[in-house]
Amino acid sequence: MDPRRIVGRYTLHALSHVGRFAAFFVEMVRTLNEWRIWVPRTFEQAQNIGYGSLFIVLLTAAFAGAVTALQASYQFQANLPVYIVGGLIVNSIVLELAPVLTALLLAGRIGARYAAELGTMRVTEQIDALESLGRSPMSHLIIPRVIAGTLMLPVLVIFADLIGIVAGYFFAHISSLQISSADFIYGARYFFRPWDLWYSMIKSLFFGLAISLVPSYVGFTTKQGAEGVGRATTAAVVSASVMILFLNALLAQWLLTNA
Amino acid sequence: MIRLVGVYKRFEELIVLDGVDFDVSKGETIALLGPSGTGKSVLLKHINGLIHPDRGEVYVDEQSVPQLGRKQLATLRSRIGYVFQFGALFDSMSVAENIKLGITDQQCSSDAKYCSARVVECLELVNLPADTARKFPAELSGGMRKRVGIARAIAGEPEYLLYDEPTSGLDPVNADVIDELVVKLRDTLGVTSVVVTHDVRGAFRVADRVALLKEGRIRAFGTPTDFRESRDEVVREFIERDFGALPEA
Repeated sequence: MDPRRIVGRYTLHALSHVGRFAAFFVEMVRTLNEWRIWVPRTFEQAQNIGYGSLFIVLLTAAFAGAVTALQASYQFQANLPVYIVGGLIVNSIVLELAPVLTALLLAGRIGARYAAELGTMRVTEQIDALESLGRSPMSHLIIPRVIAGTLMLPVLVIFADLIGIVAGYFFAHISSLQISSADFIYGARYFFRPWDLWYSMIKSLFFGLAISLVPSYVGFTTKQGAEGVGRATTAAVVSASVMILFLNALLAQWLLTNA
Repeated sequence: MIRLVGVYKRFEELIVLDGVDFDVSKGETIALLGPSGTGKSVLLKHINGLIHPDRGEVYVDEQSVPQLGRKQLATLRSRIGYVFQFGALFDSMSVAENIKLGITDQQCSSDAKYCSARVVECLELVNLPADTARKFPAELSGGMRKRVGIARAIAGEPEYLLYDEPTSGLDPVNADVIDELVVKLRDTLGVTSVVVTHDVRGAFRVADRVALLKEGRIRAFGTPTDFRESRDEVVREFIERDFGALPEA
């Protein structure tokens, strides 16, 4: 087959997705005035995301903190002052590990769930049924998921920051470094800038938007039955994960180089 | 009144509707017959704006459906009940919550008693006991799910009812129950109805007029008697599958 045709076909396909995604987003924004419908549903979704994901988020953060501490103790032996480890752990957790790992985790957990739920509702005509009853699927299904996902990720990241730092301190303390709490706190405070926390929160908001909006769109536009739902779920998780990695690089360039 | 003029719709390479002209008068029940995959459901979804035509016009009460704005379309849809082929009930909601979706939020928030009473009333209209309201769709049989789907469609007191294969997948007894229900709702509520089906017996039982959709066009449109007496080979072939060979007209 002519390679120009293949490129053309993929370009058209990608552009049609961009157009449909833009229309989806505009429709979502236009429906924000139906707050009486989406506000109560947002609380339900927020509870699902927050409470339901807390354990796995904390577990991941604890392991991330522990591994950071253990690797630091392996690399830093007798070469540098140990208080640097405090700064390294806190900065690694706050700037990178907690937001990115939490977001990637939720891209799988929440992204897959959103895409599967909405995809199933699409192929079983539940979304058509909602529309046929004169109700907007945006205010009933999409806005609550997107707002809950966007707002709950920073909350989960705050918990992940705390547990990651505590676990990091604990493992740095019991490792060969045997860092004292005074050294750890000194290092953490020495290298800490308040902007780091803002950066972590801003990043989390963008990641939260990505893990809720992209899978919601993918699920909402599902076609072709059970196979389509499976495809949509995979596509949602992959797209949301790629989006997180892309945003991570973009936001680091944008927010850290100008800080 | 519902009127479709030259409706054309294609999905990628597949032409589904190829210039459909179709009209339904007020209070009338039309059965839309045709083999599976001929675009009957697609045609039905044009009427309440779930699908827009590539060409042609769709009017409901002289309003051009494809040209309606978001709010106008929502208002129109609240006057049209739609019964989906497999019920399309929300799995995570109870039967009562499903039916309440058919009633406006304003009605439900201003008069909760009316809302609850309306749920029971709709269940009774579709011959289901009041305690069905507490159940979830997963606890219902196929026939009951269809009837709850009908109850949800009539909850908002619509002027039009669109039925998408209301008897498909049901045993003959349950299919008869649904057919009787369609007639009962027409008589008690005075609604204008379009029933998409491939069940010829059911269509003849419930409809004032019958249309046959074949290869994207309305092949025949008339009363059940016209159909029985038709000399059109396609019509006869379709009818004879359900009734056996008919005597020459």
